[in-house]
Amino acid sequence: MDGIHDLGGVDGFGAIKVERNEPVFHEDWEPLGYALGFLGMGLNWWTADQIRHAIERMEPRHYLSASYYERYLTGVASLYVEKGTVSQQQLEDLAGGRYPLALPATPGAQARTQEISYAVGETVLVTNTHFKGHCRMPRYVRGKQGIITHIAPPFPFAGSAGHGLEAKLEPTYHVRFQAKDLWSDAEENSSVVVDLWQSYLEKAP
Amino acid sequence: MTDHQSTSNMAPKARRARALETALADKNLIPENYVEKITQIAEHKWDAKNGAMVVAEAWVDSEFRERLRTNATAACAELGFSGPQGEYIVALENTATLHNVIVCTLCSCTAWPVLGLPPDWYKSFEYRARVVRESRTVLREMGLDLPAEIEIRVWDTTAETRYMVLPCRPKGTEGWSKEALADLITQNVLIGVALPEV
Repeated sequence: MDGIHDLGGVDGFGAIKVERNEPVFHEDWEPLGYALGFLGMGLNWWTADQIRHAIERMEPRHYLSASYYERYLTGVASLYVEKGTVSQQQLEDLAGGRYPLALPATPGAQARTQEISYAVGETVLVTNTHFKGHCRMPRYVRGKQGIITHIAPPFPFAGSAGHGLEAKLEPTYHVRFQAKDLWSDAEENSSVVVDLWQSYLEKAP
Repeated sequence: MTDHQSTSNMAPKARRARALETALADKNLIPENYVEKITQIAEHKWDAKNGAMVVAEAWVDSEFRERLRTNATAACAELGFSGPQGEYIVALENTATLHNVIVCTLCSCTAWPVLGLPPDWYKSFEYRARVVRESRTVLREMGLDLPAEIEIRVWDTTAETRYMVLPCRPKGTEGWSKEALADLITQNVLIGVALPEV
């Protein structure tokens, strides 16, 4: 999905604030999103991709105003509600106030059935397609050409895994782009490598 | 103008977190000490000190370094570092002309077993949005001013590969122990927004 989470290259954000000697967690509730998320993964109720997608499905204003662990908690709570384990009303009663959840998911996608493999050093084209579900192809590379630098082992295709569908195992490719090919005002002598599932790639013309 | 409904009158986030925990506990879904165990692992087992030991080992042992370059997952496991978000690790080797830096623009994926859970700045919208497009400026703002002739390569963690940066060994560290070398490697060095300082 071309969602609010797909932030690479978005303008308008200011300086990065680094905290010295930062603790792993700042508040004692913060581990709960991870812990309860892993709990559901351990029960095979969902995948890590479904948690990521639930976070992406948050209402954009909420996404942008929430801290990282609040986003994670919201994604995981949404999955428990969608699973039917608990209702949003129960959560609101327990929390004593509104408990916003992710918006509903759209259908998932299957990986391409046709096997097209690529070699290290080959120039490839990132597919110029749009998909409202879980997608690990950041929009800043859509339709762009890059060079394969490495082939990683097969992993479940995110477009299916993010929706709880059986996912085809597909290799992912490290594809290097010149930053200038992605943004005309990008800085000199810089490149970006994106890890892309085979289905996101096509032979370059 | 009224607030959009999505963010108005929300229960405080701590209460929302506890509400979910309570609801699941009421259904007996949470094993004893489950949350405490995860918290303990996150705070102590997933630690950038692990990645620091991997780098130090690579600096003193050229055969290990070669194994790290060709199969970082196995090389890290040799030192006891493996687990979730470390299923496929790739070490990014800096050279005299190349500097590597890691980001996850879509969420905040990181190699937990060797880098630890990422710091807040890594998860910030500012870093995720900017570093791919203006890496040199972002690094300079964070205190790392690299010469123009050094290529900056930004690695966006968009699939299942998890990265760690293997920095160049600083001059003046000849004969240092592995422990002393590892002390030079911070989490920011492993992410690529800092260099080891002697």
